Amino acid sequence: MLARRIIPCLDVKDGVVVKGVKFKNHKVVGDILELAQRYRDEGADELVFYDITASTDDRTISPDWVSKVSQVLDIPFCVAGGIKTIEAARARLEEGADKISINSPALMRPDLINELKDAFGRQCIVVGIDSYFDGEDYRVKSHTGDPDKTRETGRETLDWIVEAVQRGAGEIVLNCINQDGVRDGYDLLQLISARGLCKVPLIASGGAGTIQHFEDVFKKANVDGALAASVFHKNIIPIPKLKTELQRAGIEIRI
Amino acid sequence: MNVVIVDTGCANLASVGFALDRIGAKKTITKDPKKIKKAKRVILPGVGAAPFAMQNLRERELVETLQNLTQPILGICLGMQLLFNFTEEGEVPALGMVHGRVLDLETGNQPSPHMGWNTLENVADDPLLKGVNSGDYAYFVHSYAVPVDHYTLASTTHGDTFSAIIRQDNIFGCQFHPERSGATGARILENFLKASL
Repeated sequence: MLARRIIPCLDVKDGVVVKGVKFKNHKVVGDILELAQRYRDEGADELVFYDITASTDDRTISPDWVSKVSQVLDIPFCVAGGIKTIEAARARLEEGADKISINSPALMRPDLINELKDAFGRQCIVVGIDSYFDGEDYRVKSHTGDPDKTRETGRETLDWIVEAVQRGAGEIVLNCINQDGVRDGYDLLQLISARGLCKVPLIASGGAGTIQHFEDVFKKANVDGALAASVFHKNIIPIPKLKTELQRAGIEIRI
Repeated sequence: MNVVIVDTGCANLASVGFALDRIGAKKTITKDPKKIKKAKRVILPGVGAAPFAMQNLRERELVETLQNLTQPILGICLGMQLLFNFTEEGEVPALGMVHGRVLDLETGNQPSPHMGWNTLENVADDPLLKGVNSGDYAYFVHSYAVPVDHYTLASTTHGDTFSAIIRQDNIFGCQFHPERSGATGARILENFLKASL
């Protein structure tokens, strides 16, 4: 059976791993290769590297760490941040990234999703969505890497998921901004709605604080993977313990 | 061991190369038919779409070279699918080295593409799979698959059950990515290079 995935997310800013709260006040948490190897050894199923400054600073050059990460990892990894063109995507894939994830550039120009799918196949195209609850609806924000540059897109999250999949996304990472970094639990209601519409793998992001939160998101929202950052970086939840307990709770997990 | 990775123009060449580096193998990445013919082992990687990959092989004039290889060859992911007669992906003929068709994977009510770690089942007794057991996990990313048949060395289920590993004489294939499948993947690559096949 297909295992549910545990995915540490490493936000990369200026070549080091950082973490903020609700996308703000970033602090350095460590070296990219050291953290990548630590998570590999602890049993992470996959890693995501978000180059969080890229989109807002308009950089498209493949970072030099992609190839280094690929050399040391024997698990898959995804690279996100500032990928606006086929060439930028190709550079990262050729250096060994298994998937590329696009967020703001796809909102600016949705045809980019179709173009990437045609060039590389659906299986390596992830669309990341930063979703915000405005009191009534879930809406999509872009350029969330820098609070001063964050924009409202006017799009409703569920509509954007459907459109992204139709255009060629092979996976959706749904990040609930209200939950980001506060360790209060995943946004189950939103993820359940998204799951109902999303025919491709769906990854939950934002809010993990306890092992119970992971169990809930797999059992209640039926997501394929759960992404988290601070609980892993700060070793609040050790991955081996998390995986053992999830397996004990009856969830299919790779130990 | 002289091992060649066929430069198919697809994107996962580097990852396969790095995986061989990690197990201490000396590899050459090439599209030169002479070097491919002379290699002791040949790896045919592949990601992306089948029609594009076949077109690349034709443009590089590698179709006949690959079809006539007698040394062990290992197709990975799309590279494995290309070994068959025909693929439903783009409805195109492939290399035809193994008799069979690649079908659109029926995942039932589960998500497609089949993406993530899944178990190898019914693992056959074969030198390629020494030290690999049923229940071991491997990393898959694909939407098309080869049905289970006489050449199947291990199967996996995601909706339908399909061939995870195949062998016909000197021709081997893995539907998953051994270069991204942790210790299990490394073991399979090592067996492919070192075992007497």
